[in-house]
Amino acid sequence: MWMASARFSLILWGLVRLLRHAARRHPAFAARLKERNLIAQIVARDEGVGRWYLLRDGRVESGPGRHPDADVTIAFKNAALGAQLLTPPINWLDQINAQKDFKLNVEGPEDLTNWFAQTIMQSQTAGWKFGTRLADGIVRYCNMTNGGPVFVYVKEGRIIRMTPIEFGKDDPAPWTIEARGMSFTPPRKTTLAPHGQNAKSIVYSPDRLLHPMKRVDFDPGGARNPQNRGKSAYVRISWQEALDLVAGEIKRMKRDFGPGAIACSHGSHHTWGNIGYYLSALYRFTNAVGMTRVHHNPDSWEGWYWGAVHHWGHTLRVGQSETYGTVEDCLQNCDMIVFWAADPETTSGSYGAQEGTVRRQWLKNAKLGIKVVHVDPYYNASAQFLPGKWLAPRPTTSVAMAMAIAYVWIKEDLYDRDYVGTHTVGFDVWKAYLLGESDGLAKTPEWQQRETGVPAKDVRALAREWGRKRVYLAPGGWGNGHGGACRNQTGIQWARVMVCLSAMQGLGKPGVNMGNLQWGCPLDFNFYFPGYADGGMSGDIENTAMPVELYQRMPQLPTLASSFQRIPRIWMPEAIIDGKAEGWPWVGKSIEHQFAKFSYPAPGHAPVRMLYKYGGSMLSTMNNTNRHVRMYQSSNLEFVVNQSIWFEGEAKFADVILPACTNFERADISEWAGLGGYGHHGQQQLNHRVIVFQAPAIAPLGESKSDYWIFTEICKRLGLANYFNEGMNELDWVKRLFDASDLPGAVTWKKFIRKGYHVVPAEKKHLRAPVAFRWFWEGRRKDVPEAHPLPSDYNGEYLRGLQTQSGKLEFECNSLKRFPDPERPPIVKYEPSWEGPASGALYEKFPLQLLTPHSKYSFHTQGDGKDSFLLNIPDHRVRIGNYYYWIIRMNTRDAADRNVKKHDLVKVYNDRGAVICAALPTQRLARGVCHGYESSAIYDPMGEPGMSVDRGGCLNLLTPERTQTKSTHSLAGANALVEIVLWNGRSEHVSEAFKVAAAEQELRRALRSAKLVPAK
Amino acid sequence: MKKWNIIIDVAECTNCNLCTLATMDEYVDNAWPGYAAPMPKHGHRWINILQNERGQTPMIDVAYLPTMCNHCDDAPCIKAAPEGTIRKRDDGIVIIDPIKAKGQKQLLDACPYGHIWWNEELELPQAWPFDAHLLDQGWLHTRGHQACPTGAMRAVKVEDAEMARLASAEGLEVIRPHLHTKPRVYYRNLWRFTQCFIGGSVAAEAAGALDCVEGARVRLFRDGAAIAETTSDNFGDFKFDRLSENSGRYRVEIEAAGRRARTLDVELGSSTYLGEIRI
Repeated sequence: MWMASARFSLILWGLVRLLRHAARRHPAFAARLKERNLIAQIVARDEGVGRWYLLRDGRVESGPGRHPDADVTIAFKNAALGAQLLTPPINWLDQINAQKDFKLNVEGPEDLTNWFAQTIMQSQTAGWKFGTRLADGIVRYCNMTNGGPVFVYVKEGRIIRMTPIEFGKDDPAPWTIEARGMSFTPPRKTTLAPHGQNAKSIVYSPDRLLHPMKRVDFDPGGARNPQNRGKSAYVRISWQEALDLVAGEIKRMKRDFGPGAIACSHGSHHTWGNIGYYLSALYRFTNAVGMTRVHHNPDSWEGWYWGAVHHWGHTLRVGQSETYGTVEDCLQNCDMIVFWAADPETTSGSYGAQEGTVRRQWLKNAKLGIKVVHVDPYYNASAQFLPGKWLAPRPTTSVAMAMAIAYVWIKEDLYDRDYVGTHTVGFDVWKAYLLGESDGLAKTPEWQQRETGVPAKDVRALAREWGRKRVYLAPGGWGNGHGGACRNQTGIQWARVMVCLSAMQGLGKPGVNMGNLQWGCPLDFNFYFPGYADGGMSGDIENTAMPVELYQRMPQLPTLASSFQRIPRIWMPEAIIDGKAEGWPWVGKSIEHQFAKFSYPAPGHAPVRMLYKYGGSMLSTMNNTNRHVRMYQSSNLEFVVNQSIWFEGEAKFADVILPACTNFERADISEWAGLGGYGHHGQQQLNHRVIVFQAPAIAPLGESKSDYWIFTEICKRLGLANYFNEGMNELDWVKRLFDASDLPGAVTWKKFIRKGYHVVPAEKKHLRAPVAFRWFWEGRRKDVPEAHPLPSDYNGEYLRGLQTQSGKLEFECNSLKRFPDPERPPIVKYEPSWEGPASGALYEKFPLQLLTPHSKYSFHTQGDGKDSFLLNIPDHRVRIGNYYYWIIRMNTRDAADRNVKKHDLVKVYNDRGAVICAALPTQRLARGVCHGYESSAIYDPMGEPGMSVDRGGCLNLLTPERTQTKSTHSLAGANALVEIVLWNGRSEHVSEAFKVAAAEQELRRALRSAKLVPAK
Repeated sequence: MKKWNIIIDVAECTNCNLCTLATMDEYVDNAWPGYAAPMPKHGHRWINILQNERGQTPMIDVAYLPTMCNHCDDAPCIKAAPEGTIRKRDDGIVIIDPIKAKGQKQLLDACPYGHIWWNEELELPQAWPFDAHLLDQGWLHTRGHQACPTGAMRAVKVEDAEMARLASAEGLEVIRPHLHTKPRVYYRNLWRFTQCFIGGSVAAEAAGALDCVEGARVRLFRDGAAIAETTSDNFGDFKFDRLSENSGRYRVEIEAAGRRARTLDVELGSSTYLGEIRI
């Protein structure tokens, strides 16, 4: 006991020396010490020993014992515990256990206690040196964008350039695949997506929010004028005022209305990083405060999650297949790849930059002998790059084409009967449907021609070639789902039929699999580094993938939201305006989770009256988004705060705007394409595993701050700061995550933060992950490195069989027999889209099918607008007059019929809204189809929002919000029926969502003109 | 003396624009004294990607052509400029002096490729300076080369004789060779941009169904002489490529076992897809 007290006292004495030393050596730390004047003490309650520290104007005085006027007290239960927890390296599990067991307490005003704790932490890190010093005073840092890792060159506090990373001599050699007498090795460098290379221009964008702001006609104590959201101007306010206002509203909501009254809505993506990411810092914040979750639909996987899972499981991967080893198998054994609504050259694998491009370029080597076929309504970028037959079904109809292929296989005995007999169930039921035995309609190539417009002869030719070759079927951008046709009205049917085609040809046999070389690289998957969906510092073991591994590796205070109220994202406007909504959950644990309907409001919960919005992407990424405009102008929303980097989209609909900084202005750590969770081993897309220390390259611009800082400051006002950040700085969490990964065994921290990146050596040839589904084909135990399905989801022996009830590929789905759903029958059937050529009067009125795929140049709204470099790319936007218009592509003859020529301004419209675009006539689309990317960052109504045309290019104003089926929370808005006319320059256009408002306005006008009401 | 050249493979360019973006990243808001004043954020395309769509739905293809200052050995801009305004370096690179060239808007007309751009704010003619400031610091490649994922754009430093050998061995061309400016930017597969095709899809009815005809013998005639021959693939598709635009009258003759031959006459303007041809 005496020893413990002495040791504790010695450590406390040492702390004074440490603080003074750090202040002497590091000006930034000296400045930090000047931020607060306070007296803090650290004591052991049992022995009564301790030490006080008086911080005044940057100087530190100290003395033994307790201080009568201490502002801050950190109390350990006893000296032994204090000595143990204060001795580096810090054991985080002991640290948080002491807090959970109330053996470590903090007393004092939250601002001071948290500041003091962070200051002590900062004294340890003040000497860390980031980056590589080059000539001319340039420092080269690293960072990570959504489009790949970058070297960031900084001179005199300004970013001068960003480049991809070219590996050095000390970096490991890449992998080599031997195939058909040749060797294939990727180059020793990283690639970038266009939006990654664009990053400098969005950091220094004139649209950056540089100060907190308040809407001019928003008075929290008086008139709030919600009807003016999206119209009114803003006035600059101080951080103090902004934070007090937000924290005050949070307290008022909870006190006056009860749990659930505050909702948080965030986009599906964020600036890259594991600490600052939305699944990390934001989730810890929202859980700590207690907010209603806006429950996301499975974004880009819709058809796979709601449809394909019933045939083959894979709920972990949102219904997509395992992909290990497929690059090697494809190059060695495959004869033909069928790209089906698959455009990896446009979508870059989401986060995979141009890594897949490098591999697909190998397909151009005629010696490999791998043929390529493209099925897509648009002659897409992948078809442009990889020559092959292009089949162009009308949007939403290719389900019929797939069925006709299966029909030919059955009729001409071109499928693997043995495999179907041993590895699948329910084939006879589907076969009877295809042959027309159950409904009197044979699904022949001629039948599909009426639906798709693709000649029957071409479908027969494809079916015959496919049936005789070893084929990789590549649906969607990732080659196993993701994007493509799964987001349209028949997306569920499409994903289902894709699995059925694979099952007929013997999925898992050499050369027979899903993929297009986008996933499946032979990397080392045993080296652990968490992905962003693993939850970072969120402490959230319910809504992130943290329980998989990170929670044990990086112990942290858990954060559990007390409220279980959820809003289904697709129905957010209805939830707010009408006060009710129903949704179906996206949960990766099992097939059956998707059947558990939930309702808003939740029992006993308050309806949402305050919205904490993170960024501004919804107007251009959700569907029929004039509904969202109406939602924002609803008086049901008493308060809207938006935390955003740029002044765009919904940020212009907030009452208070909190300016956040980019990932180039704060510290973080991450792996390229390290998704974790639903995108387990997303690094398979890459040619090299690259982990990066995201150094703060420059100071936050203006008064912008990191999300972490903003959350900390709000939490201080709620007494939650020490809970939120555990007394740590953002940088400390970065180090904590480094320590939690396998990195410390491979590189020292000091070297890592200077060099900025680490390349994980490629896997040794004999240790490479096995090929996906090979175990299934061979009837072995599952041996690919993914811990899924859950042990209880096997029907017999662990690791034997798929996640389905039968353990086999199910043509007739047992899960859909257990959950009868007329729109999702147990076998997949073709039901034409409710917004397409079969829509009768609607189709007559709006005869063009609009495709709205993900953009090639921007990453959703990221990179677009913001006066960025991307505006200069003529296939992205084109400058007409003084404005950069979004591009709408249309068939040359459709354009001529409408007297539309290249770069004419046209109005693309339907009942939901109208968007002004620049026309681009092309042969890349069949007649009756037009194409414009979704996710313009600019929403720019030319008059009243909702009552005028948008010239920003927000095509999702026009797409249907209706879900694919009633019993799914599935986006169906990847296409819509529209008409296009030359724009006559008029700006008014009343959207469906605003019809009522418009009628009222008209009535008022009529009454006024009839002098029935006094004019003002 | 080794000199710099650019080699571009038209067939490998995906229009990703990374070269264009990397060049903007390098020059917008950055001054490189002696090499280049800052590039305006908008309005200039120092690397400009042109595109060419050939054919008709569904037999089409699309090619992209990155263009830039050609760093001509016989540069018209140098001739048109006052002494010292534009200089040719020993390594082949042409630099417009960012100070001496001020105000000389007439230089824009001197470049037949349209690759001198007018900087309104600085009153300066500008062109892509081959990233010479980086090469002089020891960089091995240009930004465009570094950023290009497919190797479609490569900056190579070789002796002129070696470059001539490469050009002839690999069939490299320059754009608008008749101008005789001796460009240092070479293109592979330039025909994807400059030439055209005649294609079609052969089909035949049998047993009540229309099917694609694989293996049909298809010959292309000009002035009565067969100039090319191919066979249709399993979709019945055939294509004769690398024909000159507006090159006049052709005859396509299709023969397949057990079928009567078909002939079609084509007046070739630009790429032509003859559609479904029943035999």
